[in-house]
Amino acid sequence: MTRLDDLTLARLRHTMREPDLSGTRYRLEGMAGAGGMGTVYAVLDTELGRRVALKVLDVQDPEVEARLRQEAQVLAQLEHPGIVPVHDVGRLGDGRAFYTMKLVQGERLDRYAARDLSLPSLLRVFLRIAEAVAFAHARGVVHRDLKPQNVMIGPFGEVLVLDWGLAKVLAAPAGPAGPPLPWRRGKGQTGEGAVLGTPGFMAPEQEAGESATVDARADVFSLGALLQSLLPARPAAPLQAIARKALSPRPEDRYATVAEMAADVDRFLEGAPVSAYPEDFLRKALRVLSRHRVAAGILAAYVVGRGLILLFTHR
Amino acid sequence: MARNADEHLARGFPATRNSALAAIRAGAPEERRRALSALAGAYWRPVYGYLRLHWRKPHDEAADLTQDFFAHALEKDLLARFDPARARLRTFLRACIDRVAAEDGRAARRLKRGGGAASAVFDFEAARAAIEHGAGAAEAPDVLFEREWARGMFGAALERLRELCAREGKSQHFALLEQYDLGPDRPSYADLAQKLGIATTDVTNRLAWARRKLREVLLDLLRECTGSESELREEARALLGLDGP
Repeated sequence: MTRLDDLTLARLRHTMREPDLSGTRYRLEGMAGAGGMGTVYAVLDTELGRRVALKVLDVQDPEVEARLRQEAQVLAQLEHPGIVPVHDVGRLGDGRAFYTMKLVQGERLDRYAARDLSLPSLLRVFLRIAEAVAFAHARGVVHRDLKPQNVMIGPFGEVLVLDWGLAKVLAAPAGPAGPPLPWRRGKGQTGEGAVLGTPGFMAPEQEAGESATVDARADVFSLGALLQSLLPARPAAPLQAIARKALSPRPEDRYATVAEMAADVDRFLEGAPVSAYPEDFLRKALRVLSRHRVAAGILAAYVVGRGLILLFTHR
Repeated sequence: MARNADEHLARGFPATRNSALAAIRAGAPEERRRALSALAGAYWRPVYGYLRLHWRKPHDEAADLTQDFFAHALEKDLLARFDPARARLRTFLRACIDRVAAEDGRAARRLKRGGGAASAVFDFEAARAAIEHGAGAAEAPDVLFEREWARGMFGAALERLRELCAREGKSQHFALLEQYDLGPDRPSYADLAQKLGIATTDVTNRLAWARRKLREVLLDLLRECTGSESELREEARALLGLDGP
């Protein structure tokens, strides 16, 4: 057999990594992204005439396939505007498992945040992320890999939390988000000792491989790191306090829920006191003054004016 | 391509699909010999190319070192020291070659010629011509080694697929793959259909089958040359070029 030249080798590698879509309703359009367990392609659903994203394993592997299927199941059951909807799940002709989902076109949060955006607009994005995560928690799902790279901002301001491949399914009480998901630890669940996540955004208990003790507060930690990444170099003290509390090494020192953390961020945006930052009289006065700058300015002008009048009329 | 080494690699281990590494370390003598030949078949070309281009060894010395390396060093001591939990086999082998090459031939002289399980005759003349007519000397050693490894794996997989197609009476499927994916120009499906006197849908179906089988064979080969499932996954990503340029 003759030696393959560089061009042929490159073409073969390209052909072999592409998903085998023969016999499916999908037609390949291009690569959309890559992750730890697979690659995401933009494909055309020829039956419905719409573009969707197809996530496929790079190599057929039972362990990774279980994680991919769990991710699809998690997404399918978390119907929320901040979570990508799944359309289909199956296996390609080459044996690799796949699922299709909404094709998200937009910008990753880390790149979006690098733009010259105001702090309030970034904090509002943060609140949308927190809403999606809180919804998942109410359904008994912990994301476990929250970071700016896993959040997409759409062209119309949509905020989507992506990559639920490391999600852990907990038993949860039924709440406003609906009953907990109807399944428990399966093959896709990572066991004790498995360390999955991203350093810097991963809670210490997760980093230590204590999978059994990881709960929603691990996501609170990750959201703390995510919030920190959105803040300016010298953030306001209450905001810094919120991030610091979420990033507490011990889970019991963090916010108990994402909703509590989001409420603090929301209060900061409203100029109200935040629970993570106790205020003395002076700090409270300063906050109130900064919140009501115009009124404070008018009042100060009035006081100074009256003082001057009194001063001159009594001479 | 070398007949012996590549035939061993192309045949592989249809009965077991076990890792060649496991067979070398714990298998029966016959299985061990076949495993070594398969491993040598996958790696002799990158080793030779690496010695020529990175270490600037002349053809004769590079060929000797490659032959001896697989005949003895690989068979006995080196793989016993390989720990799949700590490194990929490819990385480990490159480090071994670096050590052998750095010892300026002393290691090679210590290695005895002949015998051994991996005594396949490599086609060094063809490899020499390819190296001397190609570029690449200026490339980083790991890039060079990786590409030669990928070339060897794909070459062996194609050889195995050709045999499989011949056995199953599907030589036309392989011919389509050759013309569409291996030729200098990519013909249209319609042209291929006309040339072979078959329907265009038959062209696309048979080409899809051949590609699917090639992928399967490629991953089987890779499985034989890796020590664990996680190494297989990583190496598959590297082989398919999913780890970036």
